[in-house]
Amino acid sequence: MSGDAMTTRTGAGPAGSDLAAALKDGVRGALVMLGLCIPIILLRTDQSQANELILRPRVGLVLIFCALIFILRFTLSYYGVKWRTSRRLKAQGEALPTVTDARPTWKARLSAMALPAFLGLAVTYPLLTVLVNGGLDPSRYWIDLGILILTYVMLGWGLNIVVGLAGLLDLGYVAFYAVGAYSYALLATKFGLSFWICLPLAGILAAFWGVLLGFPVLRLRGDYLAIVTLAFGEIIRLVLINWVDVTGGAAGIYSIPRASFFGIPFTAGEDGFAARFGLEFSGMHRIVFFYYLILVLALITNFVTMRLKRLPVGRAWEALREDEIACRSLGINTVSTKLTAFAIGAMFGGFAGSFFAVRQGFISPESFNFLESAIILAIVVLGGMGSQIGVAIAAVVLVGMPELLRNLGFMRGFFGAGFDPNEFRLLLFGLGMVAMMVWRPRGLISHRDPSVVLKERKAISGSLVKEGHG
Amino acid sequence: MSDPTAPAREPLLTLRGVKTFYGNIIALKGVDLDVHQGEIVTLIGANGAGKSTLMMTIFGNPRAREGTITFAGRDITQMPTHEIARLNIAQSPEGRRIFGRMTVYENLQVGASLDGGVHFEEDLERVCTIFPRLKERLHQRGGTMSGGEQQMLAIARALMSRPRLLLLDEPSLGLAPLVVKQIFDVIRELNEKDGMTVFLVEQNAYHALKLAHRAYVMVTGTITMSGTGAELLADPQVKAAYLEGGRH
Repeated sequence: MSGDAMTTRTGAGPAGSDLAAALKDGVRGALVMLGLCIPIILLRTDQSQANELILRPRVGLVLIFCALIFILRFTLSYYGVKWRTSRRLKAQGEALPTVTDARPTWKARLSAMALPAFLGLAVTYPLLTVLVNGGLDPSRYWIDLGILILTYVMLGWGLNIVVGLAGLLDLGYVAFYAVGAYSYALLATKFGLSFWICLPLAGILAAFWGVLLGFPVLRLRGDYLAIVTLAFGEIIRLVLINWVDVTGGAAGIYSIPRASFFGIPFTAGEDGFAARFGLEFSGMHRIVFFYYLILVLALITNFVTMRLKRLPVGRAWEALREDEIACRSLGINTVSTKLTAFAIGAMFGGFAGSFFAVRQGFISPESFNFLESAIILAIVVLGGMGSQIGVAIAAVVLVGMPELLRNLGFMRGFFGAGFDPNEFRLLLFGLGMVAMMVWRPRGLISHRDPSVVLKERKAISGSLVKEGHG
Repeated sequence: MSDPTAPAREPLLTLRGVKTFYGNIIALKGVDLDVHQGEIVTLIGANGAGKSTLMMTIFGNPRAREGTITFAGRDITQMPTHEIARLNIAQSPEGRRIFGRMTVYENLQVGASLDGGVHFEEDLERVCTIFPRLKERLHQRGGTMSGGEQQMLAIARALMSRPRLLLLDEPSLGLAPLVVKQIFDVIRELNEKDGMTVFLVEQNAYHALKLAHRAYVMVTGTITMSGTGAELLADPQVKAAYLEGGRH
């Protein structure tokens, strides 16, 4: 890193110099990326018709990566995320506030970077997979994986309201997922309602079941609550298996109508999506549409949660998690607070459920067993209770990693032909959990750090604060 | 219970024949007690006398099995806890019970949730003037503060709802003498300046009696003595039971 760009920006310089410096920074980043891309990405080795090794240049891809880096670097630089500047300024003897230091800590800066980076990655993900795999159809696996991960991100965020914010340990969250899925499946197959009408209905029904579960467990906390919610999840599943007339029993529900693009079906015909938009028909259009649909649903979940967190009801949830008795003596109605937490958490579970049904086209009680609840809860706990970004990371790790482990076929080289990586996925999952317990007992991103600290080192980590009484 | 110093008007808080049980075990054996507007009333007693039970019984948790509790002319005996709080009774509970993983600011926000936080900024200013330490630590997590600061936060949180009656359960618990003095000074100031009515439960009999206008002594679930703070402070029985042995 050359210093000249840095030294021009002393403290609160004029906006022009900031812009110039940020531009420089972006260009430098892009150049570094270019340098890295040339050996790694630029040339792809392929087999030609004549079985010869040929090199295929991928200039476009390199340029896209460089442009991404430039934009990222420029934005970060321009909006005050300056890596080395502050240290440099300090060395020059600039008066930096040290006591109530309002500047973001490195963690805050990291999360400030992480959010746009994640969002950007999530939005451009289908495009990236297409570029990497060279076409829509070969990227199907990756986009499907993206959909799967985002479904769990959404479920994690939904459960986070109940577990992370309100502190109510819910082991039966999958019940609401099931309610949402069956709501859509039944409404669509029996009454022919469209997905866009069923989606809110599924959410409302799931919220209703959330309240229904909430009432009997109002007085329970911790372990007892966990047991009852676990039972609730199982009851829903058993009802789905045994109420054959309505739910189709263990066989499930087939040929659930697929969602349309706001009324335009994804068919090869005249009025299909591809024809209307002048594209060549591809089954992948629907998949990509599903990807963006779940992305939007997940972002809505996140947005609503973040808003609620700042409203009195969100504060009440957090206070409830910390100390129920103190809550009550401050005039908070713990009954309605708990019920809203259950209802809103369940509602998002229901949304995710009906998305699941519309994507799969087939549902059966098998999809809603306890392991699902456990995975969703694990996502919330590993992510760090109450942390939105932590939940997203945990979902990527817990859902994405085991999927990627399916591709460990090359390990057969070490373990012999009988080695099936699928069998070890859960083992690795468990190992990951144990590692987490040892190194990050409070989750990947432990709940909000205090924003004002005396000195960085002295910031008291969350692990020193006592847990709420469970 | 006749009390010569009690003003003539209706008491703000009245307990008559209040009996509270934990299962079959009787904790309060019929308590009569009055708190008048603008008074500091203290309840002293040994460990396990039932002081905290009395405090919590006023809040309906546990509920009184017999007797009546009246606040500002309303019978609150059977009311749910959060509705009692909405009548503008605030409490700094035993062991403080602040929200440890939330910041000081957020703790105060929850304290102000009764009226939807309309006066929040104003009241925040006020409690920060009373407790300048809290202002310094506004964005620190409650659980990371010292015991004294947490106690200040518990009182400040209670004050955020603009209470008519402030219940304080052992605010001196586990605090250094200097901090205890600070807290008691604040209570006195609240009473003298704002006319705050305070009901104080304490083991630290000396400080409590010096501060209080009137006081009650509780022994195993029964009120055994009452009078002005000064009277009880001079009483030989009280002296022997609660003040000897350098309890201050």
